[in-house]
Amino acid sequence: MKELADHLSSVRMLILTLFVIAFGAFPVASSLQTLRTVVDPNSFLFLRIFTLEPEQVGISFVAALNFIIPLMAIGLGFDSVNSEFNRRTLSRVLSQPIYRDALLMGKFLAGLATFAVVLVALWLIVLGAGLLLLGVPPRGVEVARGVGFLVVAIAYGGVWLAISMLFSVLFRSTATSALCALGLWLFFFLLWPQLASAIVSAVAPGEIRSVEDYAALQDLAMGLMRLSPGTLFSEAVLGLLSPETRTLGPMLPAQMRGAILGAPLPFDQSLLLIWPQITGLIAGMIVVFAAAYVVFQREEVRA
Amino acid sequence: MADTKPDTVIEARGLTKVYGSHRAVDAIDLGIRRGEIFGLLGPNGAGKTTTILMMLGLTETSGGSVDVLGFDPVRQPLEVKRRVGYLPDAVGFYDHLTARENLRYTARLLSLPRREAETRIAEAMESVNLAEVLDKRVSTFSRGMRQRLGIAEIVMKRAEVAILDEPTSGLDPHSTFELLEMIRGLKRAGVAVLLSSHLLDRVQSVCDRVALFNEGRIALMGTVVELANQVLGAGHPILVEAAGIDIAATLRGIEGVQSVMPEGEGEGAWRVVADRDVRAAVAHRIVTSGGALTRLADLQPSLEEVYTRYFEGARRAA
Repeated sequence: MKELADHLSSVRMLILTLFVIAFGAFPVASSLQTLRTVVDPNSFLFLRIFTLEPEQVGISFVAALNFIIPLMAIGLGFDSVNSEFNRRTLSRVLSQPIYRDALLMGKFLAGLATFAVVLVALWLIVLGAGLLLLGVPPRGVEVARGVGFLVVAIAYGGVWLAISMLFSVLFRSTATSALCALGLWLFFFLLWPQLASAIVSAVAPGEIRSVEDYAALQDLAMGLMRLSPGTLFSEAVLGLLSPETRTLGPMLPAQMRGAILGAPLPFDQSLLLIWPQITGLIAGMIVVFAAAYVVFQREEVRA
Repeated sequence: MADTKPDTVIEARGLTKVYGSHRAVDAIDLGIRRGEIFGLLGPNGAGKTTTILMMLGLTETSGGSVDVLGFDPVRQPLEVKRRVGYLPDAVGFYDHLTARENLRYTARLLSLPRREAETRIAEAMESVNLAEVLDKRVSTFSRGMRQRLGIAEIVMKRAEVAILDEPTSGLDPHSTFELLEMIRGLKRAGVAVLLSSHLLDRVQSVCDRVALFNEGRIALMGTVVELANQVLGAGHPILVEAAGIDIAATLRGIEGVQSVMPEGEGEGAWRVVADRDVRAAVAHRIVTSGGALTRLADLQPSLEEVYTRYFEGARRAA
C-alpha cells in the first residue's frame, strides 16, 4: 500500500500521466474529427476511435499506446528495488519479518495498479469524448471489446514493468537499469522488425517451390516478430478492436471459404483468435517477474 | 528459544563465508548470552558485517551454522527477523516521510495492530529523546538522529536481540555518548546487544565481552580484562608519580610487584605492574620512605592497546 501511495503522489507520476494524455489526445481528437463526417450505423464506430489513423497525426491511438505503455511501465519500475538499496532502506526493511518476495510482489502490484489507474482514466476520457462528440452511445459489444482492450493493455504494461523491475534488481545503479530497460525497448521497437526479416531472408531457401515453403517462411517471420511484446500487443488489439479481422497470419484460401469479406466476427471468436497473444503476454510477464524474483532471493543485502 | 541453552541467544559454529576464493569469514565459533553487550571488533574488511548478515539471513552461509534464539536464519528467516532488531551501518529511512510514518510502516511490516503500534511508537521515540521531532520529515534529521531513530525502531519492535552494525561511526562525541547510553538502556531492558565497531575506546566502555576479528577469524574473545591479560600479560598496572626518592628501588620490594618501568617521557612517572591491587602498599611505602607522592592511578587496560599490540604481534609473526 505504501508503494501505491508513493507512486500516486510522486512527481514522476504526474509527468508520465501528462505525457500519456498529450500523446493519446492528438490521435483521438483528430480521429473524432474524421469520424464525425462518416455516417455508418453498422460499423463499430467507437472502436474506430482507437484504431483510426488520422492523416494529420499519422498515428492511431492504439499505435501511440503501443509506444507509450512500455515507456510508462519502465518509468514506474526501473528504480523500484535499487533505489531502496541506494537509500539504504532495503536492509532495514528486509530485517523485518516479511519475505523478500512480498516486497517484490508489493512493488510489482503497486506499479501495475498505478498503471491501471492511469490507463482506465485515459480510456474513460476517450470514451467520454467520443460520446460527447459523436453523440451516439456505444453498443454493448463495443464496450466489451473496449474492456478487453484495456485488459490486454494492462498485461502489456505488466510485461514491461516486470522487465524494468528485473533490471532494477540486477543493477545497483538506477541510471544503468533505466538505460538498459530503455535500450531493450528501443531494440524491440526499431531493430527487432528489421533483424527478424534479416534472419528470415538468411534462413530462406534459394527458391520457394511450394505454398508450404512459403507458409513455413511466413510462420518463422511471424514467430520471430512475436517474440517482441509490442507485436503481441498490437496483434491482440487488432483482433479486439477491428472485428473484421479473421486471421493474424497470412490468409489461406481455405480460410476464405464461406467467409463474407469485411463482415465482423462475433466477440467470442475474436477473443479466440487473439487468445494465444493474450496468454503470451501474461506468460511473458510471469516469466520475467519470476526471473527477477529468483535473482532477488539470492542477492546479498549489504548496506 | 533453545531449550538446551536458555541463556545463549546467538550461537555460531564453524560459520564460514566464501566470496570466490576469498574467505571473508573463516569458521568462527561464538556465543552471545542473554542480556549482555557483545562487541565484534576489528579492522574494516575483517568479516564483521558479513558475520552479522549471516546471522540475519540476509546472505547465505557457505558453511557452518548459526542459531539465533533457537532458529536457523536461513530456514526460518521470519522467526529470526521477528525477534531480532537490526540497525545497519548508515541506516536509511524514507526521507520524504516523517519519523512517525517511517515507524508506522515498519509496524505494519511487523503486522502490529494499529493502536498498539501508535503507543509503541510514542514510547520508543520517547526513549531515544526524539519525541519532539516525531512529525518532522526524516530528510531534516542529522546522522545521529537517524541512528537514534534506528534504535527506536528496535525498541518499538521489542526485539530480544539487537544487532548494531557500526552504530557510532560518523557520529560526534556527544552523539556517540548518547547512543552508547541508549545501548546500555537496551541492555537494561534485557535485550542482548551485538555491536560491531572499529572504534575501540568507545566500545570498551559498553561491552561486556568482545571478539577481536582478524582476516575472517576470531583472534581473541572474552572480557576486555581477559584480553588484556592475554595480550599484554597478566597483572594489575598502576601509574605512580612521586618525587624525592628512587621509586624503582623503593617499590621493587613490595610483595606482588612484578615490574616497575618508567612511563612516558614525564620525569618521575612509573608504571608498576603487580598481580593484585597494590596501591595502598605503594602509597604507604613512598610516604614512609620520605618521598612526595603526587599521583597514584589505576591503569585500566585499554582495548586500543590490546588491539594495537595484538596486531603488531600478528604482523611480526607473519
